Amino acid sequence: MADDEKVEGCVASAAGPIDPQAEEEPEQARQTRKEPKMNVTVGKEAPDFEASAFVNGGFKNIKLSDYRGKWVFLCFYPGDFTFV
Amino acid sequence: MSAVAGKAKEFEKLDVQVLSCSTDSRFVHKIWQEQELSKMVDGGFPFPMLSDAGGKIGSAYGIYDEAAGVDVRGRFIIDPDGIIQAIEVLTPPVGRKVTESIRQLQAFQHVRKTKGAEVCPAGWEPGKPVLKVGPELVGTVWKVWKPDE
Repeated sequence: MADDEKVEGCVASAAGPIDPQAEEEPEQARQTRKEPKMNVTVGKEAPDFEASAFVNGGFKNIKLSDYRGKWVFLCFYPGDFTFV
Repeated sequence: MSAVAGKAKEFEKLDVQVLSCSTDSRFVHKIWQEQELSKMVDGGFPFPMLSDAGGKIGSAYGIYDEAAGVDVRGRFIIDPDGIIQAIEVLTPPVGRKVTESIRQLQAFQHVRKTKGAEVCPAGWEPGKPVLKVGPELVGTVWKVWKPDE
C-alpha cells in the first residue's frame, strides 16, 4: 500500500467516464466537449468509467469494464460519514 | 453502505460484484472504513469503494447533484453483458432496502438463466412460481399466478 502511494502520488486522477468514440479525439476537442448527461436507461449499456478506489486496504484504479462477464451492483451514495 | 456490507455474503453467493461510489476521495474512504464501517459490520465494507471526485461518473449516470456536489443514491444492476437491468434513485434522506435489491438480482439472474423463457411476476422471490412465456399464457396468467400468493 505504501509503495502504491509513492508511485501514484496524492492526487493521481483516474480516467472517469470512458467514451469509446473519444479515443481518437484531439485533446483540445475533448476539453471543450460537454459531459454526457442522463444517457443511461434500462436495457442500454452502462457507461464505462475508470475510478480510483480503496480496495482491501489498498488503493487501485477500477474500470467498470473489468467486470464484464459478472453481475455488477453499482451503488452511488451522497458521502462517507453521512448519517443514512 | 454498511447495510450492503451486512449482506456481503448474499452478494457473493450470487456472484455479484458490488461497487460503491461517492465523490469522496479514496483516502476518506479508507478512514471511513477504519473508523466507522468496520465498527458497524464485522470486516467493514468488503468491496471496492470508488472515488468520483468532481462527479463526472455520477453525471454520466444522471445522478450527480451539481448544486450539492454529491452523487445521490443511484443504484444500478448491470448484467454480465454490461447492460443496465434496473435503476433505483433516491434523494439523500432515505436509505435503500438491500434485501429488495437482492431479490431483484435473483429475479434478473433467473430470467437470464432461462434466456427469458421464464419471467418473474410482481413480488416474486426464489421458490415462488415463475411465468413461462408463450402464446398460451396470454389471457391465462390468472390460472397460474395470483397477486396475493
